[in-house]
Amino acid sequence: MRLVSPRLVRLALACTMALAAAVVSDGAEAMTKIQRVVSPGGLQAWLVQDATVPLVAMAFAFRGGATQDPADKPGVASMTANLLDEGAGDLDSKAFHARLERNAIEMNFSASRDRLQGQLRMLNEHRDEAFGLLKLAVTAPRFDAEPVERIRAQMLSGLRRESTEPNALAGRAFWAAAFPDHPYGRPPGGTLESLPKVTVADLSGYAKNVLARDNLTIAVVGDIDAATLGRLLDDTFGSLPAKAKLTPVADVAAVAPPKQVSVALDVPQTVMLFGGPGLKRNDPDFMAAYIANHILGGGSMSSRLYYEVREKKGLAYSVSQSLIWLDHTGVFAGSTATRADRAAATLATVEAEIRRMAEQGPTAEELDKAKSYLNGSQMLALDTSTKLAGALVQYQLDGLGIDYLEKRPGIINAVTLEDTRRAAKRLWSHGLITVTVGRAQAASTGQPAPAPAPKAHAD
Amino acid sequence: MLALAAVLAYAGPARAGTAPTSFTLDNGLQVVVIPDHRTPVVTQMIWYKVGSADETPGQSGLAHFLEHLMFKGTARHPEGEFSKTVSRIGGNENAFTSYDYTGYFQRVPRDQLATVMGFEADRMTGLVLKDENVLPERDVVLEEYNMRVANNPAARLGEQVAAALYLNHPYGRPVIGWRHEIEKLDREAALAFYRRFYAPNNATLVIAGDVEAAEVRDLAQKTFGPIATQPAIAAKRIRPQEPEPAGPRTVTVADGKVEQPSMMRQYLVPAGPAAAKTERAALDVLAQALGGGSNSLLYRALVVDQGLAVSAYAWYQGAAVDASQFGVSATPKPGVDFPSLEAALDKVIAGVADNGIAASDLEDAKTQLVAETIYAQDSQAKLARWYGAALTVGLSIDDVRQLPNTIRAVTAEDVQAVARKYLTKIRSVTGYLVKDSSVPAEKRS
Repeated sequence: MRLVSPRLVRLALACTMALAAAVVSDGAEAMTKIQRVVSPGGLQAWLVQDATVPLVAMAFAFRGGATQDPADKPGVASMTANLLDEGAGDLDSKAFHARLERNAIEMNFSASRDRLQGQLRMLNEHRDEAFGLLKLAVTAPRFDAEPVERIRAQMLSGLRRESTEPNALAGRAFWAAAFPDHPYGRPPGGTLESLPKVTVADLSGYAKNVLARDNLTIAVVGDIDAATLGRLLDDTFGSLPAKAKLTPVADVAAVAPPKQVSVALDVPQTVMLFGGPGLKRNDPDFMAAYIANHILGGGSMSSRLYYEVREKKGLAYSVSQSLIWLDHTGVFAGSTATRADRAAATLATVEAEIRRMAEQGPTAEELDKAKSYLNGSQMLALDTSTKLAGALVQYQLDGLGIDYLEKRPGIINAVTLEDTRRAAKRLWSHGLITVTVGRAQAASTGQPAPAPAPKAHAD
Repeated sequence: MLALAAVLAYAGPARAGTAPTSFTLDNGLQVVVIPDHRTPVVTQMIWYKVGSADETPGQSGLAHFLEHLMFKGTARHPEGEFSKTVSRIGGNENAFTSYDYTGYFQRVPRDQLATVMGFEADRMTGLVLKDENVLPERDVVLEEYNMRVANNPAARLGEQVAAALYLNHPYGRPVIGWRHEIEKLDREAALAFYRRFYAPNNATLVIAGDVEAAEVRDLAQKTFGPIATQPAIAAKRIRPQEPEPAGPRTVTVADGKVEQPSMMRQYLVPAGPAAAKTERAALDVLAQALGGGSNSLLYRALVVDQGLAVSAYAWYQGAAVDASQFGVSATPKPGVDFPSLEAALDKVIAGVADNGIAASDLEDAKTQLVAETIYAQDSQAKLARWYGAALTVGLSIDDVRQLPNTIRAVTAEDVQAVARKYLTKIRSVTGYLVKDSSVPAEKRS
């Protein structure tokens, strides 16, 4: 680890939760014109044609992620995603990777709660090869024994590592506490108990049910025209089944706060997550809540939580809060971390700030500044082809129109102080679901924690 | 990930379309302008040629602590004004500290460049520090230490390996510092360090984005131009150098929370301007071929063919002022002991040293490294980082520009030669992360 970077890490922390859900930041108004491409075979994609750099980036998603895992086998969707590029068609894993690497083609798959998503990036000269390999991956994955066992071992290794990693433990505990009787409460990456039980039939069954044309969303950015893309889309995805067979997922609200969960772990720094029921993306108060959350704990260095917890009191290195929206629910969730004997004081500060926002809302000045930030930052968030393609997939999944980037400033500017107060009251008047991971005794008694003593033995 | 980061540290664009312009102000500030007109956005990055390796012994962590304190305001712009302005205009900002440099950047709409240049120039010499904001910030840094190091056994292993690798050079000290020394850092130490190292003739300003060089020149002259040169700063950094390595070392970090053991090894290798250009490029190719992906030699042998490991990587830190590291790491499968894993790893490395690498492996590795330089043109922030890091450690714009050609010219013989010369155990430290079973982890989740 070369870089020690205060702000980056705060974002990375926020991401440990955001990745588990589906949060994408805001769009770039200036980036350009978005075309709707319909292939001869009827597949749709949003395209931004830009020949500045000789590459093409595609993002795509199939609805139906870890929510489709069998209840006793969380991790099937993730494991499938990890295996799609491990052998397909007549290419075994080694041959498939050789073709990717020989042509410097980047292909990634992952599964989140609501979807299986992928990214493909290639230099122009390797376009046909890249789309050809993607076709094999999504239509003819092999699930050979060697890669299946290798990927299973890698995932289990990661889970063993996470089993004593405080942020991972906290995230798992938070989702489990918030959604005790719903697929959202299960870990998308599976568990040490579930992964050994996953069979090849589970994996191929998931792929067969979920990878279909009617639940596919696509966005492409780069040096390619609509006609060429249309042809490639048909070649790549055209032979997928027309309809997915998804297990229905119920709409759900996070458990009503207050609720406290504590996980004992012998670490000098206590990690705390806090959150509660939020709003779905189509809620009329969504943008007002988004702005209020930005003021309270959003990603800039001028949020109330950042100022109170970090700048003023030096309690923590990182503190932030986000809105997370899923297909069937919404939550707000934040995180911070501090040494054990200051955990209670830190959480009290966070709670006080959240309560103050619920009771009083933001000030007019804060609202103006937040609007100014959110409008200005649009184009910064999407300055690479990969980021832009990912965001355009998210906008489609969120049901936003192809003109959303043009309309967005108007939507933001229309939010009134009254709107933000109402939204803040809706979100933050009910207390918190809190998860703390750390030295239980020190955290609960308020006793100073012993100084951390790294057990390092050099020989 | 690791391999990529290391390679990217000084790779560069392949096409003339992104040719950067460079000029130096009378006060010694070098300015680099990288055009990217796709969006009306601009990135300002200032790189100071000072990092943790330039700290006085006993004050480890000072460069990083100062990085935090640079957000505490100046006489002209009190604490928070810079950040609030960046936020209001919809920009974002960040800062970073490493062994050889400390950097600050903002990304803003292009018409706001003059504003952030003014702020950045102001805090080059105008910083005002008071105990009331220095002391809470030291607590923040200690929490950062807790998060990165104290809570993280793998990070402690990394610290121990580096400390063992460097017998004499300050690269053996962690960037964030040793805890007992961070606790004693204060306002006076920070200000002394600031006055000693923050000056136009010890910095490189990189402006990337929707701007023209002439415009940047005028703005740089107006904002940074009036700042006085600091003649006491030497043009070249002279640090204690490593003796010729005399024997392999091992380090074991045991922690009750280690549920997944792992091992890593670092070799002392040349880097930056002190390394021969061919050797630097050959080490990049070697890292890529050895452990850069799912078809790399280590991954294939240890993970796929022999089933001893769940993962294996290699990386090379090529952008450094002084001798740096070539690293390999592997995570054993359950039931596989370190001697078996290490023997297999040694065999792969010895194979490259003795027999070189296959022509197809060489070509694949080079293709991927050259492609990275094209992919990088998709991100103005990444380009700014490449140029900034390269120039700050003493490489040239041309070194970055020519990298694709330098990589293409690497032969199988070059790769074998650097493997034979540098990947010898005597130049290395091997670290093991193991579970300490004498102290039961307090965990009931």
